[in-house]
Amino acid sequence: MTDAKYPRSEVKKDKCKGCGLCIAACPKKVLVFSPKLNSKGYHYAEYAGSGCVGCGNCFYSCPEPDAIIVYLRDYDPEKEV
Amino acid sequence: MRKTVLRKPKGFNDVYKHKPGAEKDRTHYCPGCGHGILHKLIAEAMEDLDIVDKTILISPVGCSVFAYYYFDAGHFQAAHGRAPAIATATSRANPDKVVISYQGDGDLAAIGGNNIIQAANRGENIAVFFVNNAIYGMTGGQMAPTTLEGQVTTTTPYGRNVDTDGYPMKMCEVISQLTAPTYVERVSLHDAPHIRKTRNAVRKALLNAKERKGFQFVEVLSTCPSGWKMDPVKSMEWVKEKMLGMYPLGVYRDKGEEAKVITRPVPILEPGTVWEKLGISAEADVDFPRGDVPDEYRKMSIRVAGFGGQGIMVTGQALASVALEYGYNVSWLPSYGPEMRGGTANCSVNIQDGTIGAAEAVKPTMLLAMNRPSLEKFEKTIVAGGTLIYNSTLIDIEPERTDIKVFAVPITGIADELGNTRVQSLVNVGAYAAITGMFNVDHVIELLPKLFKGKSQTIIDLNAKAVKAGFDYVKENF
Ligand SMILES: Cc1ncc(C[n+]2csc(CCOP(=O)(O)OP(=O)(O)O)c2C)c(N)n1
Ligand code: SF4
Ligand code: SF4
Repeated sequence: MTDAKYPRSEVKKDKCKGCGLCIAACPKKVLVFSPKLNSKGYHYAEYAGSGCVGCGNCFYSCPEPDAIIVYLRDYDPEKEV
Repeated sequence: MRKTVLRKPKGFNDVYKHKPGAEKDRTHYCPGCGHGILHKLIAEAMEDLDIVDKTILISPVGCSVFAYYYFDAGHFQAAHGRAPAIATATSRANPDKVVISYQGDGDLAAIGGNNIIQAANRGENIAVFFVNNAIYGMTGGQMAPTTLEGQVTTTTPYGRNVDTDGYPMKMCEVISQLTAPTYVERVSLHDAPHIRKTRNAVRKALLNAKERKGFQFVEVLSTCPSGWKMDPVKSMEWVKEKMLGMYPLGVYRDKGEEAKVITRPVPILEPGTVWEKLGISAEADVDFPRGDVPDEYRKMSIRVAGFGGQGIMVTGQALASVALEYGYNVSWLPSYGPEMRGGTANCSVNIQDGTIGAAEAVKPTMLLAMNRPSLEKFEKTIVAGGTLIYNSTLIDIEPERTDIKVFAVPITGIADELGNTRVQSLVNVGAYAAITGMFNVDHVIELLPKLFKGKSQTIIDLNAKAVKAGFDYVKENF
């Protein structure tokens, strides 16, 4: 059950170290550990597919610079440079 | 402009090209480490305040030693605890830049305790981000000044005991006792609302720094899941439950509107002026034409060793100074024993074209041994095919190596015959010149007044004789 609309959180699975801080920080509990392992051997975090409110908690809690992206409500891919 | 997407901020490098290994797109930090969270907040503020091109970050010793892999800034990496001193110099020499001193609690509060206090007291134009994770992370979880009472670390296996180990140090409280600091706040990373407050504090400190409003100090309560042996989420709870009580959050100093823009004279001299002040001519360092030097003597790494008082250091300095006049690159590195007199002494000299790597002659191409202990100690370190000159007046044993060239020269005896054993150094230089062909004796003699600046003509003449005597001995006997 994926909805393409924004807001939406996205984890880059191979950059994730599986620390779980984003999962703990998410007020809507829409981030979960994947049962699968990434290339580094971590159970990476992933977005459940819906329910993100675009609070950005996961982005700011994540210690990795490039493991999480949060597209906010008025994100428009057309306007991206 | 309001953001419509939250993603890796522009204050980070795209690719961490200085990071060794294949993973140039993620940090070296342990999973869940607070350093990463703070890095992201700083990188984001750099982008939003438009200071990416004017930020210079001083990284410390500690887990954040490699901060220079990640930030798209100028960088210095400081010796342990010395980031505030490097930041001071950087900020004063570059008044248009934003200078960040990023430090851990071992770095800032232990070995660098006085450094930070002096920089704060001067009100340097720098922003300090102080990561308090209650432990030495990098070295494996030893007690830091900030370790809590009762906290178990590898060096406090029964818990920190304040009677033997002192009390946790509250650096915001200490720093805010001083008059100069502009802004002092303690924040925490233990949950999302507090990360947002940290974000505000980071931005405020960097904005003040951009406007050159003096000394900014942000203490960040952070986690070290590895050192604490806790999972990352538990670590955050531990900050909340244990650290907040000891380290109250809040603003300890904010001069606000009163904060003055601080300008200081920029103590920069043009390179030419520096040479002039030091009495050195900036041009024409190659004065003497080189003679024929056999290949084996073109890249010299020399150990000169003996007793203190045998002219060991002067020998090394003289070799380096003379070689400089032939346009070689040189280095001279002294190494003293703990005694003031009579102990052992040695120095390393490198003479070569091209860049000199390590200054220490660990595997010398030449050993100049002035006494027996030096021969015994260093003979085995000479590279195969290398050269040994030893002082046969004082050394009554034969060298053991058969794969090196050996010159037994009665250095002390030669100097003694000239009437003063203190000229041994220049006997050495003469012998060196004869063996290597690197120096012309007349050139060396010509340089003596410069080498012995301020010394009497008698001393200079005596040393001239010494150079010749050392040179002649080798020519006549080998
Ligand atoms: C002069 C010197 N002394 C000791 C060390 C060893 N050393 C390296 S990191 C470190 C402690 C760092 O702890 P902290 O500042 O708390 O930073 P963290 O690793 O926790 O981020 C020490 C003692 C060193 N590198 N240099
Ligand atoms: S906070 Fe970052 S590194 Fe940790 S689990 Fe989430 S995405 Fe992965
Ligand atoms: S040892 Fe501690 S401070 Fe160092 S990277 Fe790991 S978690 Fe961070």
